[in-house]
Amino acid sequence: MSGVYDCLVIGAGPGGLAAAATAAEAGLQVGLEDDNPAAGGQIWRRGNAAVSVSHSAEQWMERIRSAKVDVLCGWRATDAGTDALGTPFIRVEGLGGFRDLRYRKLILATGARELFLPFPGWTLPGIYGAGGLQAFAKSGFDVRGMRVVLAGTGPLLMAVTAHLHEAGAKIVAVVEQAPLSRLMSLGMHLAPSAPGKLMEGLRYRLRTMGTKYYFGHWVSEARGDGKLERLTITNGSESFAVEADLLGVGYHLVPNTELAQLLGCGLENGFVRVEETQETSCTSIYCIGEATGIGGVDKAQVEGRIAGFSAAGRIEKARSLFAARDKQLRFVERLAAAFALREELRGLAQENTLVCRCEDVPHGALRECHSWREAKLHTRCGMGPCQGRICGPATQFLYGWHAPAPRPPVFPASVGTIAAVDEAGVHHE
Amino acid sequence: MKEGTAISLNGRIVEVPKGATVAAALLQHGAGSRVSISGEARQPLCGMGICFECRASVNGRAHQLTCQLVCEPGMVVVTE
Repeated sequence: MSGVYDCLVIGAGPGGLAAAATAAEAGLQVGLEDDNPAAGGQIWRRGNAAVSVSHSAEQWMERIRSAKVDVLCGWRATDAGTDALGTPFIRVEGLGGFRDLRYRKLILATGARELFLPFPGWTLPGIYGAGGLQAFAKSGFDVRGMRVVLAGTGPLLMAVTAHLHEAGAKIVAVVEQAPLSRLMSLGMHLAPSAPGKLMEGLRYRLRTMGTKYYFGHWVSEARGDGKLERLTITNGSESFAVEADLLGVGYHLVPNTELAQLLGCGLENGFVRVEETQETSCTSIYCIGEATGIGGVDKAQVEGRIAGFSAAGRIEKARSLFAARDKQLRFVERLAAAFALREELRGLAQENTLVCRCEDVPHGALRECHSWREAKLHTRCGMGPCQGRICGPATQFLYGWHAPAPRPPVFPASVGTIAAVDEAGVHHE
Repeated sequence: MKEGTAISLNGRIVEVPKGATVAAALLQHGAGSRVSISGEARQPLCGMGICFECRASVNGRAHQLTCQLVCEPGMVVVTE
């Protein structure tokens, strides 16, 4: 397409789908971009024909199709700039090269990634993110009969447990670092205000009856000869070992804010700061979903609808959804409080435990450093292809460091994509 | 197995479910994706195009993120 989208949406998860459909139905010409092979995001992952897709996902996809949204999957946003006529664009790279997607309004629905906390043995094959393991199982990895431990924290653990159980895995243990008392308290709050969420949790729990849940516990070590064989689980005072083929471990989520930061959008407590219309500190750039606060699929969809209406100038329509959105925002705070990370997790990494997996930098080398910048200069921590997306949040938790705003390209790009930046006279904000 | 897709993984023909990602194929067949700079065998971690642990050579193109690539018939995948 050589024209300009009225509205470009980055990220085709639940929030991005809702935003794109809403804006297109309001009459805008909309582009929807995602780096995954199919729309749906992490939670509504599709692609494998064997996986059934949620009803809401199908409904949004139908609306996306009938509203003629231009869907571009398999393209990764690497850079942002302004063309010779002053029109802003997002540069995306795919297998076929790169494209510049010009826009008048931009909606960022970049979602979140899992927080990984280093512990001895965590780089062994057989250890994946909790959401990661679910993604692999949904995209063709047959887990039938495999002994699986799920560990870390957050509501995702229960959902992944139920899914893997149904896929035929033998769930050996579910290890949640939050104490049961805090989760009960979350449940008490959810019962009157969001019974749906509580029921969802209970349904997951019922579907996996017989599975051993350990609250207030965490995995302190993994061992194995070339691949995972044994895990140590502890509550700080007592430890025990379990044998497992697979471990899915994630300590809840961190927002993907890199593209927003590159565009100059302001952050607050690590999340993209937005007005009630979902507009960021940059005019005509909106942000929705996990990138503005970890709250799940319902929050993402209502924010997506608000942003879609706002971008289309239908402010009254947007306003009619504020109350529903604000209810979701209260859930964000409760979630963060319930799954707050315990102090003991800071002590898991040993001298030789790798913190930066791209550059193989151990904890022992990093704890000598005083800042992210010093660590980068002295150890190459965060200088590999993930650009600190995995180790950055870990070092923030372990050492209290803050990574500076990212520089372009926000993902490694081919030389052709980067070289074209200069020819097009790309200007960075 | 239902309808499957045959790919070449490190010179061996393997069958994966239709629609499977290359990363899922690596896990299914016990293959590592890459070797880290200190020599550790690694496998995909995040499953969502963030960690870059899943990168491998696909159809002659190095460093492809296999968790975001769907297996196509005849695809040639080579890991470290």
